[in-house]
Amino acid sequence: MSGVSPAEIIRFATGAIIAHPLRSGLTSLGVVIGVASVVMMTSIGMGAQRQVTDTISGLGSNLIIVSPKQPRNSGGVMGGAGAGEGLTDGDAEAIRRQVDGAVAVAPSVGGMAQVTADGANWSTTIYGVSPEYLEARDLTVASGRMFDDRDARQGRKVAVLGPTVVTQLWGEADPIGKRIRIRGAPFEVIGVLGSKGQSSFGRDQDDLILSPLESVRSRVIGRRIKADSVQTIFVKAESEEAVSAVQENIDTLLRTEHRIPQGEDDDFETQNLASILDASKAAIGAFTVLLAAIAGISLVVGGVGIMNIMLVAVTERTREIGLRMALGARRRDVLTQFALESVALSLVGGLIGLAIGLLGAAGISAVANWPFALPAWAIPVALGFSSLVGLVFGAYPAWRAARLDPIEALRRE
Amino acid sequence: MIQIEDLTKTYVMGEETVTALDSVSLTIARGESIAIIGPSGSGKSTLMNLLGGLDRPSGGRYRFEGEEVARFSDDQLADFRNRRIGFVFQSFQLLPRLSALQNVELPMIYGGQPPRVRRERAAELLERVGLGSRMGHRPNQLSGGQQQRVAIARSLANRPDLLLADEPTGALDSATGVEVLSLFQKLNTEGLTIVLVTHDRGVANAARRRIAFRDGRVTEDERS
Repeated sequence: MSGVSPAEIIRFATGAIIAHPLRSGLTSLGVVIGVASVVMMTSIGMGAQRQVTDTISGLGSNLIIVSPKQPRNSGGVMGGAGAGEGLTDGDAEAIRRQVDGAVAVAPSVGGMAQVTADGANWSTTIYGVSPEYLEARDLTVASGRMFDDRDARQGRKVAVLGPTVVTQLWGEADPIGKRIRIRGAPFEVIGVLGSKGQSSFGRDQDDLILSPLESVRSRVIGRRIKADSVQTIFVKAESEEAVSAVQENIDTLLRTEHRIPQGEDDDFETQNLASILDASKAAIGAFTVLLAAIAGISLVVGGVGIMNIMLVAVTERTREIGLRMALGARRRDVLTQFALESVALSLVGGLIGLAIGLLGAAGISAVANWPFALPAWAIPVALGFSSLVGLVFGAYPAWRAARLDPIEALRRE
Repeated sequence: MIQIEDLTKTYVMGEETVTALDSVSLTIARGESIAIIGPSGSGKSTLMNLLGGLDRPSGGRYRFEGEEVARFSDDQLADFRNRRIGFVFQSFQLLPRLSALQNVELPMIYGGQPPRVRRERAAELLERVGLGSRMGHRPNQLSGGQQQRVAIARSLANRPDLLLADEPTGALDSATGVEVLSLFQKLNTEGLTIVLVTHDRGVANAARRRIAFRDGRVTEDERS
């Protein structure tokens, strides 16, 4: 038996939408806003995630950080004599010799220090490090040179400055060969680091001074620290894959070196940037889902708006429905017509919302200097969801239309 | 063509049961022209709705060309209305958004006719009712008589066996009403079976058979 073709029902549905452009537009607006905000939130979240990934891997993703930790000992006494010796030159030396795959091992001490030069002064952080620090932290020297092992052995008081320190002390002038005083002790500037800019947490990564470990320990930090003590050991693994193996080997080695009995807590901890990266990504991911879910609520509100207007449309067009039935429309034809009308309203809203969302996300990423990112699945999902909203919220009005009694409907004024 | 036996229709209105049609039996032959007359509430509209397959009887039989219409499903009734019946209403019932041509096409769309065929047929029908020059006009650009002629063209679209007209001249002035009635007479002489419902004796006299209703029963059935 021949019936009405689907193309004709689509024409009926879109015809009704086009007949009231303003009303259709306002009806779709809820879905427009819903889809636009979901797209924007997802895109911003993805951008943030990429930003953090970029910055953290910029720190050197093969990096393992070894730092001392106060063990909780059985008596509840924290940091007593004998416990928590901290890290020493010996630990760094042991890692350098015995851990395979550790390509750069850089023990370091650091502290805030007042720096003066040619009448200017600046407060910054000074790090006493071994020359391998440069490689371990993926730093570069922009001008001059980095100190080497010989400088370190001779305890020479030389310094390599971060760009911010140079600017603060001399402005534009070339600092190489100049003398500075760090906590009163004279140092000679032999190099300037390349700029790393701000970290993702807003810290200026160029505001620092590097100097040989021994010089800083004896001249700057002085009596407050043991002669062979280090605060942090930076270890660079040869590859990303080697990071966890190297980290485990360091754990085992240091437990032996520190003579920590079985079952006792470590007096040190090792962290790698991959795990920090994973943690930050997970946090941002959860935040993105939360934002998108809140935005998704507005999509539901948009659906309620569509349902409202569709119920009004069914009431207004009761006579039309009755007439169509008298002329041979089956109940299914009427149902399909009104369901499609609601899906079309919602889908058009979804398309406009998608466009606005993408433009908005691109705009925000441009203004915030933030990478623009949108997952490939976002577009089909946004359109699929808006169709679904139209279908779900259009179902009841369409069902009401299809259930009308043609005689009653034709009699309606 | 049509046999009706003991056709009954009752409505439940609150606590009361109203009998709109009370055991009516009728036979309608192909080519007849019938006027159903009676005051409002006499059951004439109920009979019309049953004949047109818009409603189902509470009891009795309705055979159309040998088929038992009373036992049709919703979908079968929809197809029955689409292919067998042409409706003409008092208030024209044209869709305001559509042109005259598109309004006439509507039954053919639900009949599954391809666009080219139905456009040609709609144009031909509008020519036949004298509106060949008004095909692109919307209902609000047409006079009442013209709108009713569009509705008549629409009722003929799927070549129905029976044309049902409910007070077709009720919304028209008398001169235009006469034009519409003569159009019905012309269609009848071409072989179309027509049943029109009216409360106007003058209109009823245009038909060759007149059936009067009162309180759900046939009180008069005369031929001229």
